[in-house]
Amino acid sequence: MTAATTGAPAEPHQYLHAQARWQWSEYAFWVATLLPFALFPSYLQLASQIAITALFALSLDLILGYAGIVSLGHAAFFGVGAYTAGIISVYGWGEPLSGLVIAAAVAGLAGYAMSFIIARFRHLALIMITLGLGLLLHEAANSASWLTGGADGLQGIRIGTLLGFKFDLYGRTAYSYSLIVLFLAFLVARRIIHSPFGLSLRGIRENPVRMPAIGAPSPAHIRKIYTIAAVMAGIAGAVLAQSTSTVSLEVLSFQRSADVLVILILGGAGRLYGGIIGAIIYMVARDQFSGINPQYWYFWIGLLLVAVVVFLPNGVLGGLARLKSAWRGRWR
Amino acid sequence: MNATATESASVLSTRGLDKSFGSLVVAKGIDFALPQGVRYALIGPNGAGKTTLINLMTGMLRPDSGRIFLGEDEITSLKPEERVRRGLVRTFQINALFPHLSALEAVTLAVCERRGFSGNWWRRLPDYRDAVDEAHGILSSLRLGADCYRLTRELAYGRQRLLEIALALATRPRVLLLDEPAAGVPKDESADLFDAISALSRDLTVLFIEHDMDVVFRFASRIIVMVGGRILVEGSPDEIARNSEVRTVYLGKAVHG
Repeated sequence: MTAATTGAPAEPHQYLHAQARWQWSEYAFWVATLLPFALFPSYLQLASQIAITALFALSLDLILGYAGIVSLGHAAFFGVGAYTAGIISVYGWGEPLSGLVIAAAVAGLAGYAMSFIIARFRHLALIMITLGLGLLLHEAANSASWLTGGADGLQGIRIGTLLGFKFDLYGRTAYSYSLIVLFLAFLVARRIIHSPFGLSLRGIRENPVRMPAIGAPSPAHIRKIYTIAAVMAGIAGAVLAQSTSTVSLEVLSFQRSADVLVILILGGAGRLYGGIIGAIIYMVARDQFSGINPQYWYFWIGLLLVAVVVFLPNGVLGGLARLKSAWRGRWR
Repeated sequence: MNATATESASVLSTRGLDKSFGSLVVAKGIDFALPQGVRYALIGPNGAGKTTLINLMTGMLRPDSGRIFLGEDEITSLKPEERVRRGLVRTFQINALFPHLSALEAVTLAVCERRGFSGNWWRRLPDYRDAVDEAHGILSSLRLGADCYRLTRELAYGRQRLLEIALALATRPRVLLLDEPAAGVPKDESADLFDAISALSRDLTVLFIEHDMDVVFRFASRIIVMVGGRILVEGSPDEIARNSEVRTVYLGKAVHG
């Protein structure tokens, strides 16, 4: 893998360089994301949902996995993005790419405003505040039915073609779109975590008390990453709204905030791929379980979650990393 | 000691610092001035208010009254990170490190914060080669070079104590406040630790809290004795050793005990 695990690296910056280098497993993973087009052409809608959820989980990973900021209300930004994209299309702005940019900007503004509260709290207080703000927004959207359609959902969404491609029934355009957006957002997230800023975020996660003692303006860092995460969550919501032409209150629901947290923990927080792997497992499991037993599929999800937390405390990816290092230890 | 010379050249000084928690007085009328380059020991029995004084000076606690100056500038109302950026830096009695960062990453983090590009999120860390090399240089100067790729939590305890100091040095302090740098370190290793401290630049003013009197008298050029939230006396090691008050309240116990 890296020079750090195989022996003494020559130079300090080379050691850091090796950490940031793309690995073959990453290339393989992204090539594999194209497989559904060939192998599961009838599941492209599901694949698209997975990519959107993965993007949403990735945005949560930036704040929770890297900066250690817990959130139980992350659907707020997903929902703001979805409603923005939906509402502007109702008023005639149905072009998806510019709509995506507008939705991202609105979600980012919401995130920036909220970040001033977030940066002042930690732990339990943060859980309560994010939960509360999420519920507030949900109720606000519910009561503002003149704008959002309230409990009936947003009516009259009209999304144009994506560079000439219609959003088809099979989800070919939807999956292409959501996969490309996910990949681009992933590249940005990857850049961030390997940058000096990313190192500062890990510092905040590892020891928020020490950060001021080395001169670090932690609140400014937190405001910044929270805004970036809100933009990403907003993009995920907008892609969902555009690719399905529906927006309902569900996009702002507590359920969605809780699900994304479950997905990230399932896959492994603070690992960049954790949210993506978690989304794949969770969404495929939900699809399968709900097919077998539509009433009680949450039972199986619950069981899966308990099993992961008990046996793989750092998620699926954490478990894989442990296996890998055990394997290396054995053959050294 | 010439009082006026000290006053004009002092890098860190306080005037009438008071702090109490309810009825418990932890600092009362603290007045002192640290001249540049001096190695100060801050001693006193447990509960004398030594760590509280460091917390007050570094902004982790707010004084009830009194003023704090770094050089000519008043810093009484500055945030802790602003004081650090002006050169007033501390370490912690109980390790306050970054367990899942490697030693190199941790010190690079502190260097990046000081150099002001910790908010840059587009360029990759290894591209900031100067900063990484500087961090590595600091670690090497404390003989942590060989361990710098290991995670902090995997380092031996004594090495972690050195990393505490490395993190502080990465901020380029003018005044370094060391809260029991050798706490928990075996006696033979603590001498190594203080050798490293005394090898620091003579421009740097160091104040350390320490309970081992051998170490105090060997490494300090001046000593401040605190008792019950007040400064009892301040002087050279000889003066402190001869001071009868100090002997009764503090050293006396050690001599007999």
